[in-house]
Amino acid sequence: MSWITTISVWLIPSLILTILLVATWKRVPSYESFVDGAKEGVNMSFSIVPYLVGMLVSIKVFRESGAMGFFIDLFKPLFSFFYIPAEILPLAMIRPLSGTGALGMTSDLIGTYGPDSFIGRLASTMQGSTDTTFYVLTVYFGAVGIKKMGDALKVGLSADVIGIVASIIIVSLVFL
Amino acid sequence: MVNIIWVFLFLTGFIFAAVTGNMEAVNEAVFSGAKEAVVICIGLISVLTFWLGIMKIAENAGLLNMVSRLMYPVISKLFPDIPKGHPALGYIVSNMTANMFGLGNAATPMGIKAMKELKKLNNDKDEASRSMITLLAVNTASITLIPTTVIALRIEYDSAAPTEIVMTTILATACSTLGAILIDRYFYYKRMNKGRGIY
Repeated sequence: MSWITTISVWLIPSLILTILLVATWKRVPSYESFVDGAKEGVNMSFSIVPYLVGMLVSIKVFRESGAMGFFIDLFKPLFSFFYIPAEILPLAMIRPLSGTGALGMTSDLIGTYGPDSFIGRLASTMQGSTDTTFYVLTVYFGAVGIKKMGDALKVGLSADVIGIVASIIIVSLVFL
Repeated sequence: MVNIIWVFLFLTGFIFAAVTGNMEAVNEAVFSGAKEAVVICIGLISVLTFWLGIMKIAENAGLLNMVSRLMYPVISKLFPDIPKGHPALGYIVSNMTANMFGLGNAATPMGIKAMKELKKLNNDKDEASRSMITLLAVNTASITLIPTTVIALRIEYDSAAPTEIVMTTILATACSTLGAILIDRYFYYKRMNKGRGIY
């Protein structure tokens, strides 16, 4: 399935090229717009610092103490039955609950197993393919004062499960 | 919820270390973890800054609006309860377009505006309406074109091909979005059938 990796590599350059060409054609000041938007990116990165420090320290403590290894070994037989690496379990569990927690877990997995390992690629795909259900639920319903959520939580969590399963299947098909 | 998990990770970590005699490694983990987190955030600056800059050009050039207009007919079918031309649909389309291009910060305000309009449509009840649940479902599955943060992370850890996961992410996110829409429909028809039973 090398065409999938080929598209991956071509997508970003062609997107940037299209944006620059359209902007120039429409006489939009490209460089000034760029700087304007880029300022927001700087602020965004710094605003993540406290969240990520908190999460990554707790995850590291959990891993280095041997607790994570214990839980992974516990679930390994069940997971290997479905050809799923048990190392991915903590990420799958924290993904719907906390965005920064998942980001911390993903960077921990990529750092421990390497970005180009199977687990590294799987963690990358999982992190990118679903959003934090509880965050979306709290922010969107909280902002407008919805108290009875109906089936929203069930639908959101089911979507997370589908995203996680789809990530495992797709990454296995493309990279194994 | 997050509070409990966070404390749980520390507590079980410390207890495990006490039992297995790993306390030294845990000591190191506290400080190396904090340092690693800051290093990652510094690494994120490069990609996030560049990408948000590029997306600003796209916005100013009217490209985001163009994509929104293309998506409008499809999305209006997903929300059959919203009257044609109602502002809620406009907000929903902008919310989804922003999400697609990885602009979470721009997507959230649009999503909240859409929710406010949907609440008005639902006679200001504090109950989630059908359209609200659909909007939520689509947002939790969040269809993504470019997973910017993940690419930045992979660069940070010296990946040989940081962008090779773009297409797998798009495919996985398409599956979860499609799944979210189908499950949302399933629950909706289940509610309808139940309603008929009572009345």
